[in-house]
Amino acid sequence: MKYEFDNERPIYSQMADLITKEIVSGKLKPGQKIPSVREYALLMKANPNTVCKALDLLENAKLIYTERTNGKFVTNDLELINSKKKEILSTQIDSFMDDINKMGISKEEILKMLMEKLK
Amino acid sequence: MSLLEFKNVCKEFDHKPILKNVSFKVESGRIVGLLGKNGTGKTTIIKLINDLLTPTSGEVLINGNKPGIESKKIVAYLPERSYLDRSKKVSQILEYFCDFYENFDITKARKLLKDLGLEENARIAKMSKGMIEKLQLILVMSREADLYVLDEPLGGVDPATRDYILDTILSNFKVGASVIISTHLIADIERILDDVIFVDQGEIVLVDSTDDLREKTNQSIDEVFRGMFRC
Repeated sequence: MKYEFDNERPIYSQMADLITKEIVSGKLKPGQKIPSVREYALLMKANPNTVCKALDLLENAKLIYTERTNGKFVTNDLELINSKKKEILSTQIDSFMDDINKMGISKEEILKMLMEKLK
Repeated sequence: MSLLEFKNVCKEFDHKPILKNVSFKVESGRIVGLLGKNGTGKTTIIKLINDLLTPTSGEVLINGNKPGIESKKIVAYLPERSYLDRSKKVSQILEYFCDFYENFDITKARKLLKDLGLEENARIAKMSKGMIEKLQLILVMSREADLYVLDEPLGGVDPATRDYILDTILSNFKVGASVIISTHLIADIERILDDVIFVDQGEIVLVDSTDDLREKTNQSIDEVFRGMFRC
């Protein structure tokens, strides 16, 4: 996976979003050990301080936890992961609906297109 | 005590002020961009850190001491221009660095050169400009320094080489050390910076953390810079 960031938003929050997506998609499994700060920095070609900040954000959101001397792990709280997933989905749909509404497309049309896409 | 501190530093050349009352601090463990247009005093600031110039007034302090023999042990400096003896081979330059700097890690330098596919018996005179720049960066980043000072490390190299240079900086600076990078190529480098210092006409016009600046302005550092210094 290639990590890419745009320069308009703080990198650490983009980084936290990316890792969150890996958690809700199951790419990082519950209870799995995640890469260290140094490893992430190399992987994401980013500054280690930025990685620390991103991981702090995830830790505050309880999506990851630290085992002292052992590293950081993905939470085992499936409910939390699921609710995070819904939250992401809901934001995505909101921004999608925003765009669609501007174009004046009817609900029926959207639904029809969506069903086709989902086939 | 800060790793690096400029206290009201002024520098004049022939009674012409080049730096005017420059004050800033750099703490340990930060990557700092020293950003400004050409000819605004970036290299003068860097030369003051490296004891190649002395302030007309004010103070430059590295770990609380003025630049000198002690500070040169802990500061690794990449100058804008190549200073390598063109008649020498890479292997001879490595030996030279070993003799010169206690904290030079020759094993690391050899590994980085190998990754780059650079032969140790290659002569500097036979190498391309880009290759010499990479070699110099490897020499500097192979020192276990507390402060790395890189003057325009991206100047005059192609975008692929820029990536190589950024990766080499990121993966090789000692944990807890700080890096100061001067450049006008902001877009290429801003993703790795913790803090920025904007210099204009010999004065510090902005000091901030990159994340705070992005949050405040909803812009990239490059855009903030262009907005401030539009000609």
